[in-house]
Amino acid sequence: MSMFLEAFTWLADSAAWMGATSIGHRLGQHLIITMIVVGIAAAIALPVGIAIGHTGRGRGFVIAAAGAARAVPTLGLLTILALAMGIGITAPIVALIVLAVPPLLAGTYAGIENVERTTIDAARAAGMNEFQIIVHVELPLAAHVILGGFRSATLQVIATATLAAYVSDSGLGRYIFAGLKSRDYPQMLAGALLVAALAILIDLGLSVLQRMVRRSVEPRMPRPRSRVAGPSLKGAS
Amino acid sequence: MRHRKILAALALSSFLLLTACSPGAQNSVTSDTADNKNTPIVIGSQDYYSSEIIAEIYAQSLESKGYSVDRQFRIGQREIYVPEIEAGSIDLFPEYSGPLLQYWVPDTTARLADDVYAQLAQSTPDGLRVLDQSGATDQNSYTVTRLFAEKWGLETLDDLAKVTDPLMLGGNSEGATRPDGPVGMKNLYGVDLDFTPIEDGGGPLTVKALKDGAINLAIIYSADPSIGRNDLVPLKDTEGLFLASHVVPLASDNLDANATEAINQISQTMSDKELVALNSRSLDEELPAETIARDWLSDKNLL
Repeated sequence: MSMFLEAFTWLADSAAWMGATSIGHRLGQHLIITMIVVGIAAAIALPVGIAIGHTGRGRGFVIAAAGAARAVPTLGLLTILALAMGIGITAPIVALIVLAVPPLLAGTYAGIENVERTTIDAARAAGMNEFQIIVHVELPLAAHVILGGFRSATLQVIATATLAAYVSDSGLGRYIFAGLKSRDYPQMLAGALLVAALAILIDLGLSVLQRMVRRSVEPRMPRPRSRVAGPSLKGAS
Repeated sequence: MRHRKILAALALSSFLLLTACSPGAQNSVTSDTADNKNTPIVIGSQDYYSSEIIAEIYAQSLESKGYSVDRQFRIGQREIYVPEIEAGSIDLFPEYSGPLLQYWVPDTTARLADDVYAQLAQSTPDGLRVLDQSGATDQNSYTVTRLFAEKWGLETLDDLAKVTDPLMLGGNSEGATRPDGPVGMKNLYGVDLDFTPIEDGGGPLTVKALKDGAINLAIIYSADPSIGRNDLVPLKDTEGLFLASHVVPLASDNLDANATEAINQISQTMSDKELVALNSRSLDEELPAETIARDWLSDKNLL
């Protein structure tokens, strides 16, 4: 318990909040790393996930690949990458992208795949092309599930971005490594608490966003007229 | 009457047997040099491959002189084995001067090899002594690439003052604040260093960063074979930034004069480069300590 007190004392110390190694600076670095990683991972995972969810093709292969990627230990991958790319922020970012892609991919194809077939058929019958179906039907209806994958990826990246400090002078992981190696456990614990707090805050924010997205989509679904029209449309297609 | 005599004889012999087994009696017997060779000399080593190789060299050397040896290798760390040595269960142990001195005198200010050795000789508890220290070291050192050393003409840490480019040190994150990090370099040598963390303790990532030029300086153990393999140059620490850590045998008084001389001869023969070569045979060629020790001893005509 006293270590928690010491950790909070460390956090409250104004010296920790000033200069190039200040908490604010490290928090900012941590957030930027997280945003870059999740951004790139989304750019990879969203198109692939949409393609799989929409066509149903390549599902087995991509699920297997994503599962394998989940099993890769990030620290091991980071070490190998850093041996190839040298020290700095590039290797951790690539390693974290490998970590972030699987949950994003899973959220995306699961979301798209679970959109009611009847709804898609209705859209198609109404004359929408495939692109319009994806953009105007599938993506809005799948948005909250995709956001779920996004949430889970972000959470994992924030927690694991501490590893960036393994080969570069960046992120909240610096406090954890420095504290661990010099037996300054209050500093280490303070670093861990900061990471946890950041993860919880971001996750809360994203969960609110997720609920808003879901509410904006779902009230429209059970309308009596579409329920009547549904079976006849299905029969027609 | 006859019965009693047998009983008495039995009692007497068992008494003799018992006393012969107790440690006290052993001392009185082994004080006689002729019998010394029959009591095995217990040799220990740290749970560290390099320490095991040195201990094995001691063991084979003593065996070739006719001593019997009991190997108790890979015992663990100092907190565990030093009490055993102090209790007399181990007779000979390859140690490292600075860290051993810090064990007995935690607040020592001695840093340079000779000061450390002199203070260590004084601080060694009764019944134990340190033999001659070897030229071989196993300690932290600031290391640069040969290219960098030649470009600026670097041999010692003082020479870093000649470098006009900004200097970047890479190492475990604790190095940023430790007295042997940039702070110590500034105070002792007046050299300014920037610092970037690489958390693999002078391992392959650090070496890669050195070769890439992402860092100019790294803290790597002076006996690490990667120094030779990657053509790195450890800079001499003339002012004692790092605690000197020479290989030094810690011995009990059970070690007689002949054995002591044999061990001292080994310490004298073993140089820094020799130790790196020994370590490299273990790490790179994956040979057992026994083979490495035998080859080295016969190579040096010490068998």
